[in-house]
Amino acid sequence: MSDYILELKDITKIFPGVKALDGVKFQLKKGEIHALMGENGAGKSTFIKVITGVHRAEEGEMFLEGEKVNFKKTKDAQEAGIAAVYQHPTSYPDLTVAENIFKGHEVLKFGMIQWKEMNRQAETLLEQLNADFKVTDEMGTLSVAQQQMVEIAKALSTNARIIILDEPTAALTKNESEELYRIVDKLKENGVSIIFISHRFEDMYRLADRVTVLRDSQYIGTYDVDGITNADLIKAMVGREIKDLFPKPEVKLGEEVIRVENFSRTGYFKDVSFKVRAGEIIGLTGLVGAGRTEVVESICGVTRPDSGKVFLNGKEVTIKEPSDAMKNGIILLPEDRQKQGLILSWGLGDNVTLPIISKYAKGGFNDTKKERELAKDLLESVDTKAVSIFDKASTLSGGNQQKVVVAKALAQEMKVVIMDEPTKGVDVGAKAEIYQIMGELAKEGYAIIMISSEMPEILGMSDRIVIMCNGRVTGQLDRQETTQERILELAMEKSEK
Amino acid sequence: MKNSKSILKKLTASREVSLIIVLVILCVAIGLRSPSFLTLKSIADMFKNNVVTMIMAVGMLGVLLVGGIDISIASTLAFSGMAVGMLLKRGVITSTPLAILIAVGIGLVCGLLVGLVVAKGNVAPIIASMGFMYIYRGLAYVISNNEWASADSLGDFKNFALGKILGINNVVWIMILIYIAFFILMKWTTLGRKLYAVGSNREAAEISGINASNVILFSHTMMGVLAGLCGALAVSIYASAQANMLYGKEMDVIAACVIGGVSMTGGRGSVLGAFLGALILAIIAKALPLVGIEAIAQNTVKGVIILVVIILNVLTQRSMDKNSLKEREL
Repeated sequence: MSDYILELKDITKIFPGVKALDGVKFQLKKGEIHALMGENGAGKSTFIKVITGVHRAEEGEMFLEGEKVNFKKTKDAQEAGIAAVYQHPTSYPDLTVAENIFKGHEVLKFGMIQWKEMNRQAETLLEQLNADFKVTDEMGTLSVAQQQMVEIAKALSTNARIIILDEPTAALTKNESEELYRIVDKLKENGVSIIFISHRFEDMYRLADRVTVLRDSQYIGTYDVDGITNADLIKAMVGREIKDLFPKPEVKLGEEVIRVENFSRTGYFKDVSFKVRAGEIIGLTGLVGAGRTEVVESICGVTRPDSGKVFLNGKEVTIKEPSDAMKNGIILLPEDRQKQGLILSWGLGDNVTLPIISKYAKGGFNDTKKERELAKDLLESVDTKAVSIFDKASTLSGGNQQKVVVAKALAQEMKVVIMDEPTKGVDVGAKAEIYQIMGELAKEGYAIIMISSEMPEILGMSDRIVIMCNGRVTGQLDRQETTQERILELAMEKSEK
Repeated sequence: MKNSKSILKKLTASREVSLIIVLVILCVAIGLRSPSFLTLKSIADMFKNNVVTMIMAVGMLGVLLVGGIDISIASTLAFSGMAVGMLLKRGVITSTPLAILIAVGIGLVCGLLVGLVVAKGNVAPIIASMGFMYIYRGLAYVISNNEWASADSLGDFKNFALGKILGINNVVWIMILIYIAFFILMKWTTLGRKLYAVGSNREAAEISGINASNVILFSHTMMGVLAGLCGALAVSIYASAQANMLYGKEMDVIAACVIGGVSMTGGRGSVLGAFLGALILAIIAKALPLVGIEAIAQNTVKGVIILVVIILNVLTQRSMDKNSLKEREL
């Protein structure tokens, strides 16, 4: 009998032309929580897909409780008691929670679904997880956190012994993450072994017993969480030391560039006022749903506020649509890169120059030559690892996509740069580079508004922190005079009541 | 060696090239069965008879590119054609250029209205254009007053479709000029780039400062202009104007685009593709009687051929997407 419930040896997976996994090994103890970490593109997802039977490895062996297994399809893995919960729940929004839980293995009798029995079993599962919704609720009405809970319940319904969580906290708020930690701990108590992928060190420290690091498709090492520091892990993940993750330069602040006064939009935010000076980085933070994104979208003309004024260099400006904001030099780098930031099916060059095609065009005709030169220069300036401006945006990793979005902003004449969650889903190495660019922009005298939910980022990069809660600004603090606790307090002030 | 490989890759990667291959195979196969098919006269006739579908296909390309659809176009065509027919019949106008201008004007207004409802009213394009499909066709009947305009009553206008410049029919010239204009529009102008941007990712386009609803409005208006123009051309080509003219033609136009690789979800498609799609459709229609398929079976065979071409296209696209996804995974 093996010590390990799951063991993989020398797994190699080759995609046309590239090794996605190169001799990776992995050992999961029974009842342990094992973190899998690495930069984007390190091979974590591919590795998980090998375990769940989505991909078949060219080389290597897999043992389940000491016995050699060979999964040919996902069903084999499911039947062996391995279940995966993905970052974006893959559910059926119009079906009920119970139906989602038992999708594919409905409770049947003579080929008919036994609703009562199925709902009862679903209820038992949800009770185990302390869920605060009903099994008859429609999936689409639940929050992402609740949907994830359903996915976990689904895994449990198949009597999974090993549950794999792929970036479970990426879309969750702080409170929701806590709830998830609690559930995962409980699963562990019940003897389930857990593998989870995460970019958040917090998740790992809070949950994991051990952590395995992958880098460039290769196995780097497995460490006990108790004996490891942030710095060690980062070094293992990126292969170099990131001495200063937050290269916030000291910038002498200039004149006020943008001032927002009494911004209100019914149902979203009310009486929001703040200003940003040249060279200043404002950290706009708060819990998810506090109205941060909505405020900046209104500043940029994506939506219109009911009332309120925007002043640029002391003069009031009217912004009715995004092109008005752009004309005034207010540039938004949207949160959802794939939906709002880039056209994924397009080449990088065309993406970068899309906002300025009209400016360069002569008599309505595109100046393709000039555009390409510009795109090339800009992409080099943000140091993307793309081979050419003709590479499709969809082929880049999250971090590189974000850099292309930055290049797209740089193509325009900027005064105010608004970055909505600029490092969400971005790996450690690329994060540092994005902070670097942000610091340089501040040095050049741009006014920067950064929306972020990540506390280290807010504390590391902002000159001043504007905290929102339930659509209102609850505090504006200088970086020097604040602490994480104080910010959280302000962010949760009213939601507690 | 490497060079020939990349050429092969290019061949299979481009929809247009694969369509040309299909086209050549079709022509050769039909030509072998029926030598009369590949004569100059036969080809010239085919173009003339399919000018309407070809012109509207390039307009539909614009609408499909922004993620829309317009099923009112055959009605617009009937409305403008009928209007011109009745004006000529009653002797209100006699000038051919004026007749064409009026038809274009009617089409412009028709398309603009569809566009306004879609772009500014945010109504689903298929629903909005369905409403107008009935309205415009109804208007064609109303202005026809239960009459039709025969060849006699059209006077000089019917001769327009008989006239030739440099041996090529006038209406075919119009089609060629429109295709050249659209090719330039799509390939080299900012407006063309915006059409693709809005269809590929409307939200991203808007955040990049593109007024998506104006772009959509433009695409429908342009479609209307072309449909209106085709109304006049159809009257001249068939030397008659009837309220039920080209009933159901919109489906041929959409089919032409789809065969030509234009995506129904927007953002993908080319002028050359729309043209080749329309051409393949035209050849199929022309060839079926030549190879001895009876008239009653023709629609069925046409449908099967359309499906086969489209399924092949989808399969190619899927393998292309898969390849780019594989790159992403690393």
